[in-house]
Amino acid sequence: MKKTAIAVTAALLLAAALPGCASLGGSVSPGGSVSPGEQTPLMGLEAYLDAYPNIQDGPLYGTSINVNNWGEYLDESLNRDFRELTGVTVNYGFFETNEKLYSSIRTGGSSYDVIFPSDYMIGLLIEENLLLPIDTDLLGNYPYIMDDYKNTDYDPGNRYSVPYMSGTVGLIYNKAYVTEPVDSWALLFDPQYRGQILMFDNPRDAAGIALKMLGKSFNTTDEDDIRAAFDLLAGQKPIVQAYVMDQIYDKLESGEALIGPYYAGDAIIMMEENEDLVFVHPREGMNMFIDALCIPASSENTAGAYLYIDFMCSTEAGLRNLEVTGYTTPLQNVFDELDDEVREDPLMYPPDEVMARGEVFLNLPESTRALYNDLWSKLLSE
Amino acid sequence: MTLTKNRNRRVSGAPRPARLGRLFTGLIFVFLYAPIFVMIVFSFNDAKSRTLWSGFTTRWYAELLEDTTILNSLYTTLSVAVLSALIATVVGTAAAIGIHVMRGPRRTVMLNLNNIPVVSPDIITGVSLRMLFVALLGFLAIFGLNFRLGFGTLLLSHITFCIPYVILSVLPKLSQMGKHIYEAALDLGATPRRALGRVVLPEILPGVISGALISFTLSIDDFLISYFTAGNTSQTLPMVVYAMTRKRLSPKINALSTLMFVSVLALLILINVFQARQDKKRRQGDTAKTRL
Amino acid sequence: MSRRLALPYAFWMALFVVAPLVIVLFYALTTEAGGFGLENFIKLQVYVPVFLRSLWLAFIATVLCLLIGYPAAYILSRETPSVQNSAILLMMLPMWMNFLLRTYAWMSILEDQGLINNLLRSLRLPALNMINTQGAVVLGMVYNYLPFMILPIFTIIQKIPPSMTEAAQDLGANSRRVFRRVVFPLSLPGVLSGVTMVFVPSVSTFVISKLLGGGKQLLLGDLIEMQFLGGAYNLHLGSMISIVMMLIVLAGIQIMNRFGSREEVALP
Repeated sequence: MKKTAIAVTAALLLAAALPGCASLGGSVSPGGSVSPGEQTPLMGLEAYLDAYPNIQDGPLYGTSINVNNWGEYLDESLNRDFRELTGVTVNYGFFETNEKLYSSIRTGGSSYDVIFPSDYMIGLLIEENLLLPIDTDLLGNYPYIMDDYKNTDYDPGNRYSVPYMSGTVGLIYNKAYVTEPVDSWALLFDPQYRGQILMFDNPRDAAGIALKMLGKSFNTTDEDDIRAAFDLLAGQKPIVQAYVMDQIYDKLESGEALIGPYYAGDAIIMMEENEDLVFVHPREGMNMFIDALCIPASSENTAGAYLYIDFMCSTEAGLRNLEVTGYTTPLQNVFDELDDEVREDPLMYPPDEVMARGEVFLNLPESTRALYNDLWSKLLSE
Repeated sequence: MTLTKNRNRRVSGAPRPARLGRLFTGLIFVFLYAPIFVMIVFSFNDAKSRTLWSGFTTRWYAELLEDTTILNSLYTTLSVAVLSALIATVVGTAAAIGIHVMRGPRRTVMLNLNNIPVVSPDIITGVSLRMLFVALLGFLAIFGLNFRLGFGTLLLSHITFCIPYVILSVLPKLSQMGKHIYEAALDLGATPRRALGRVVLPEILPGVISGALISFTLSIDDFLISYFTAGNTSQTLPMVVYAMTRKRLSPKINALSTLMFVSVLALLILINVFQARQDKKRRQGDTAKTRL
Repeated sequence: MSRRLALPYAFWMALFVVAPLVIVLFYALTTEAGGFGLENFIKLQVYVPVFLRSLWLAFIATVLCLLIGYPAAYILSRETPSVQNSAILLMMLPMWMNFLLRTYAWMSILEDQGLINNLLRSLRLPALNMINTQGAVVLGMVYNYLPFMILPIFTIIQKIPPSMTEAAQDLGANSRRVFRRVVFPLSLPGVLSGVTMVFVPSVSTFVISKLLGGGKQLLLGDLIEMQFLGGAYNLHLGSMISIVMMLIVLAGIQIMNRFGSREEVALP
């Protein structure tokens, strides 16, 4: 008995120690179990519906895809409609931050078919071979993607990603309590509002604000700059009420907190609930981001993923997604349908002089990422 | 479970608790129930606010019953709980009998190993099982066998943390039994299997049942271990609740709490009525055998 | 009745209890870059504040649970059986509900715009800052784990044979003395198991601190979760933190058991 136990543990240790294969996501051996992706040719939604007019005949009928998205970022009834259209069930889950999404994908053991990461994270996932290339020629709705969104820094030629939404980060405050004119991130560091300030619960967004306060680029790899930014955050910690992601909705809407940085599209939703909330793009500069649809290397229903991505680029899905979020669509077909009022909304379509202050996050080199991880854990630990 | 049986006794000789004591325990109950009361009240609140009352509604309940994520997770939670309680009870009871007849260092080693999941913090059980599963799945993938974290790994983890509790509740019954009963059955010509099934098992049945119930409860209540081992295809109810607390608020969460509270209350009342009836029957059946 | 019956479980434990811990240990002693040694352990010095905070808050929660739980268990043990039964049912009832839901409800009570502060404001009293403090985290721990303290103590006090207390009284001890010399020493095993059952989950929780501490009062559980599924992916560091936490917990239990068994030896 004892010997067998040792043998079993030894085998396990071996599995754990084998380079890459054990703990990394991309360990699915091709030609293993039969997955729909291998049987069904990859195609766009319209081609699929044309090929199988009766949904029960479609090879994907009865299969499912695992989709992971940000909270409040999609009209969830679309998932039901997608199933009714194609027979593919959507297992819909959430991730809170790009970093958490990365952790789940990197650890492995799970299959994801469609994810919605942001620009810099897409760069990292590509670098680590965690995404499948997407043949955009097959997606019937891909031509609607505006040219500005093609050939991005994080994914030249859009080989791995189909843009979903873009937006900006800014400062939200409650004008019933904050009466001074606001145009700077400095409000987040003002001890006068001790206990009323919320802060991003993810390293890149939080440190980004501090870097802008110091007049640096988001993408600096200078260790001193990054350390200085985290020092600024450490100094801010005593006046911060909480580090939050989507919990910010309740806290700002109810007046539980008065000031917090967040994404413009979500701010629009909050401002509908509480009219005292105001959104500004601080003068120091802010993040502009693009979130895109990607297919992770662990996908087991790649054909289903293609259908889903193409579906999300359709006019109707695009419009309905804009109903529940306040972001900027990269889809020309959707943009054409929008009212002028929306197109001139300074939060969804900020004027050029605001956009000139914007900067995108780029994927950072590994040593800088490790520094971010260390400093972030340290910040929250103290 | 055994606590609810009508076996409680007063420490005699000591005076009845004074009013102050009653007040003290009363305050503890206020403390325990205050948040539950708040949840129940606000599950009927018309506005989204968790703290300001604005009118009566039942729409959160209607929304809740349409939420397929929650309903699916309820189904997952219950199936995992039933299956893990069953399997853990079978494996654990057998193991308890085996350990019972062991002697010396072998027994000590088994008991100490059994204690590891009991004393180690849940988060460590969860994290370590996750690492194991990821390694195992990676290992299997080499042979072209593609499995993922999901219902299977969830079930394996739940069985793993339940078995020790089954053993801990069966072992005392085995030592109470005395080994001559089993031997007498053998002497009377019973095969070992028959002796086990007909003589030993009925003797230790209360321990087996309470082990199964403890397993069921632990499995339903578990969040941490599921969180680390379930992957993205299976979600238990506690995992969904956690995700809800991380997102934009919906009073559905209060409706869910209220429903859970009511069902647990109903279940407990049922169990108690059932037990009271059983106790009565037992007392009528054999008045000679007084327990304790 | 053969010991072979334990064989399946022995395999099960080797695979699902021992092997996972060996893997975690392996990760703890290696690094992403392939190094082997105590590098991760040295990194832990940055996280000493988290260790201290976790141990300290769990300690306070345990002491509070004991201070509230022991008298409650003792008072309960002197009630009539029917009162005892109902009281215990009432105490277990919240435990059967999901702890996340119950903890979440405390948020609405403690928030700045929450029920207590609304009440205070309507009474024209100054509002209190309760949420996102260490106090709120401790409150969450006490709230969740108090029954774990009361139940074992109650069970053991109840099992003390009446003859023991009667004998002490017959020998002239007053009720205070009976409690101090007979009931309390005999109830120590219950206290020890209660302390363990409160301390271990308190020291390793990661949800309570998130909900009631605002993510500012990072505890060991949060730190571990952060390395495995959170914002700072580092399985190796996470494994080392887990191992060290496990050792601390085991050492604590060992010390308490020794303390407990010595007490038991001193008694008849």
